[in-house]
Amino acid sequence: MSNPSFDPLLIAVAAPLAVAALIALGMPKRVVMKLAYLGFATPAAMALWAWWNFADAAKEAHGYTFVSRYSTGLDGYGIALKLGLNGISLPLFVLAGVVGLAAGLYALQSNASHMKTYLLLLLVMQAGLMGTFASVDVFYFYFFHELALIPTFIMVGVWGGRDRAYAAMAMTVYLTLGAMLSLLGLIAIYSKSGASSFDLMAIKDTLASQPFSQAAQKHIFGLLLFGFGILVSLWPFHSWAPLGYGAAPSSAAMLHAGVLKKFGLYGLIQIALPVLPLGALHWSHPLAVTAAVGNVLVIGLVTMAQRDLKQMVGYSSVMHMGYAFLGIATGSILGIGGVVMLMVAHGLSVALLFLLSTSVHRRTQTFEMDRMGGLAHYAPGLAALFLAATFAGMGLPGFANFWGELPIFVALWGYSHWLTVVTLTGTVISAVYGLRAAARVFFGPKSPGFSGVVASHPPVDIGWGERLPALILAAALLFIGVWPRSLSTAINGALTNPPGSTVAAR
Amino acid sequence: MDFSTLRALAAGNSWGAVLPELLLGCLALALLVLEIALPKDAHKRIPMISIMGQVAILGLLLANFSVPTVETFNGLLMQSPTGQLFRVFFLLSSILVTVLARVSLSRQPGPRVEFHHIVLVVSAAAMLLVQSRNFIMLFVTLETMTIGLYILVSYYRTNSRTLEAGLKYLVMGALSSALLLFGIVLLYGSAGNPLLPGSTPDAMQFAALNGFLAANPHNFLAGAGIVLVLSGIAFKIGGFPFQIWVPDVYEGAPTPVTAFLAVASKAAGFVVLLVLVENFAPYHWLVEPVLAAMAAATIIFGNLAALKQHNVKRLLGLSGVSHAGFILLAVASVGTVPGAEGAVYFYLFAYLIASFAVFGVMTALAGADDTNQELSDYSGLGRRSPFLSGILACGLGSLAGIPPFAGFMGKLFVFVVAFKAGHFGLLLVAIAGVVVSIYYYFGWIRAAFFSDASTDNNPEPADATTANTSLTLRVALAALAAASIILGFYQGPLGRLVSGS
Repeated sequence: MSNPSFDPLLIAVAAPLAVAALIALGMPKRVVMKLAYLGFATPAAMALWAWWNFADAAKEAHGYTFVSRYSTGLDGYGIALKLGLNGISLPLFVLAGVVGLAAGLYALQSNASHMKTYLLLLLVMQAGLMGTFASVDVFYFYFFHELALIPTFIMVGVWGGRDRAYAAMAMTVYLTLGAMLSLLGLIAIYSKSGASSFDLMAIKDTLASQPFSQAAQKHIFGLLLFGFGILVSLWPFHSWAPLGYGAAPSSAAMLHAGVLKKFGLYGLIQIALPVLPLGALHWSHPLAVTAAVGNVLVIGLVTMAQRDLKQMVGYSSVMHMGYAFLGIATGSILGIGGVVMLMVAHGLSVALLFLLSTSVHRRTQTFEMDRMGGLAHYAPGLAALFLAATFAGMGLPGFANFWGELPIFVALWGYSHWLTVVTLTGTVISAVYGLRAAARVFFGPKSPGFSGVVASHPPVDIGWGERLPALILAAALLFIGVWPRSLSTAINGALTNPPGSTVAAR
Repeated sequence: MDFSTLRALAAGNSWGAVLPELLLGCLALALLVLEIALPKDAHKRIPMISIMGQVAILGLLLANFSVPTVETFNGLLMQSPTGQLFRVFFLLSSILVTVLARVSLSRQPGPRVEFHHIVLVVSAAAMLLVQSRNFIMLFVTLETMTIGLYILVSYYRTNSRTLEAGLKYLVMGALSSALLLFGIVLLYGSAGNPLLPGSTPDAMQFAALNGFLAANPHNFLAGAGIVLVLSGIAFKIGGFPFQIWVPDVYEGAPTPVTAFLAVASKAAGFVVLLVLVENFAPYHWLVEPVLAAMAAATIIFGNLAALKQHNVKRLLGLSGVSHAGFILLAVASVGTVPGAEGAVYFYLFAYLIASFAVFGVMTALAGADDTNQELSDYSGLGRRSPFLSGILACGLGSLAGIPPFAGFMGKLFVFVVAFKAGHFGLLLVAIAGVVVSIYYYFGWIRAAFFSDASTDNNPEPADATTANTSLTLRVALAALAAASIILGFYQGPLGRLVSGS
């Protein structure tokens, strides 16, 4: 197999890294700011190119396209940089490109201190994200995730807000534990499958002829579920998330909550479900109950009690992960397809909410919702975007989130009636906290605290620097909302067609 | 007298096969000659001459890298690709030690040239040690190395803590040699017993001993000998319960010597251990559980003890103990998993690169009292010296085992072979160890980067501005950081070598 001369996936990974390397070599700041646009825009352009050409591109084994393979000298261990996209990774690859562009644009206008280092870390993170979803090789899937994870810790620790040192440390230790457990699970798949290769295609081929024993599937899936569960903030392993997001600088929070956290769900869908179907079946019930009662109900109520805007967005993202786990637990094509849609939609909407929260903070000098009110009068554009993001988060039709949640609920009804009822309560809860937050921040009378801020720093509406990244995210939400087929065809193809996709039918 | 026996013996001597060691020895002697021959004001060039000479030997070695696997000197030594790999390893480490020592020695009174001389002799001994296939050779080279290190550890003899470290190392080293000798004697004695099947008069030779062990797979005396020999080696690598000397000696020794101990001495121990484990293969039932238990205890002890350290030399020493535990994890899998040695080799190279990066930064920042290097000295380093703090972050990141650094690949290979060998419980211990180690490595990085001026209640150290970085040290540090990142992304020839493809 020869590699294509134009490899969009490799370019999407290498371009941000190249720019980061140039920054590390000591480019002057003026040049860096220009180069950084290139570093953030190239992956987005490559992602859109892949999206546009995906349907017509030639499919290789297991529905992969744009496949390329580069040796790094570890062929003896069965490790090689193998890139490719299938119907499950394509939506997330696009998500990473779009959110990365928005986060990059937002960072470029943010006037953070030590701007060069900040951009360098964001670019490394961006490269890691693109690589995670473009990797066919399971080892590189993990490697790129870690590559994106490390900058998060540093960004929280250096540029973070309140309690940043504690938040950075807690996040580091917690997420390292999750990553290590999932690494162990991946090594288990590697060495027990007998493929002696980390290449997912080879693993699937080997397992098609000699599947895992049921006991092995149970144990390995359990390892992966705990490892990935920590990374995706499955209740009760979620406590790092609101803490970390509360302290993280906005661009880092956008990339982490929006894209990087989807790593765990993506790993479960792309690797664990097809490779370990019996393990998934074994764990599906406890997973479903935990996700419904823990993530949706308990965290939903906790979210309602939040007074801090950023903490609230953090908790709401933990809550929405519950829907995603439920979809995976149903094990049906409809439910899992819904999860992939929801991952994209939630990634876009939560990134938008984090971005707008920071914009609100800039105008009110606080995240305390009790000390705001009436901001819509000063910043109508910000208010409109925030409302749109809130509606999207609630899963209103017209936004992408609707097409994520609806299939999950339909699939869940076939799985368990009472869990569906519990979960549907969650949508009411998310409407309550979403609308209440919008009302407290933007409408009603000004709180005394906010009046003081208005007197000293009269707020203005958002300018193009903040508006452009927000509009990119909102437009993507609307586009997928009105034309879900642009993604669902590819997802459906990946979940139904290829051999080895042994999603248990229920 | 008949000379034919002697001639036959001499025919087995192939001096060309030990050319790198011979050259290193000549270079060491040349340094001493130069000190006498050169005028006083030219003495400061001697370390540079030493570095240049070693680089030349390294170049020569790399140019003739591929060698056949043959026994030389009638089986005393074995020339092999692994031996070549570790010749490169020890040359790299001695070059780096010389670079660090140039900076460190300039702050201390006392003789200088002897230090560089001893470093070369110790490295040559280490190179022979990893190639030896006979207990006599092993013991002689090991003692040559260790005696050199006794001197180096207490080199800054005006400092009381350095002297204490020297004494501790001497006593502990003597004890370990005694254990090793006792083990060798037991093995030799039991193998020489003519009543046992497969007895051999030449049990010093590993191959002959292996034959005896295979014929007597459950001999008590031989088993006791094996455990004692392993214990003696465990001293060198700092494996539990023989790691007690590590924190005090690492703290008291001059920083370049600490680096030497942490990297070269430990690596020599591990390569010897691998050779021994291979030759003790009939006693796999005994060796594997002993090593596995030692690995678990070493990881747990090293990480827990490192958590609460404030002196960075002690911290690195104890974290080095935990690294020894991780490597032991792979060593315990040798014999069960083919190619497990490759994981050890890669880990050692990644550890060399990362450790010297960190020790280099420490050398640059150390004050006149070399033993007194506290974590608090590092607060605000990110602002004072972006270069050094960047190198420090690369080194610590690699030690912590996070991508994209080489240390991550090392850990990955170790985990893979341990998993294949079925050490599941050990793997859980190892993962807990990694998570704990993240805490103290990031604590150090946090001290360097995250502390902001407002909460900084301890003022910057007085000698903070005098961070002493010679050009050579800067070049070496930059090369180490680059190597760490490149090996993390692209393993290339080294990856092919260790993965056996």
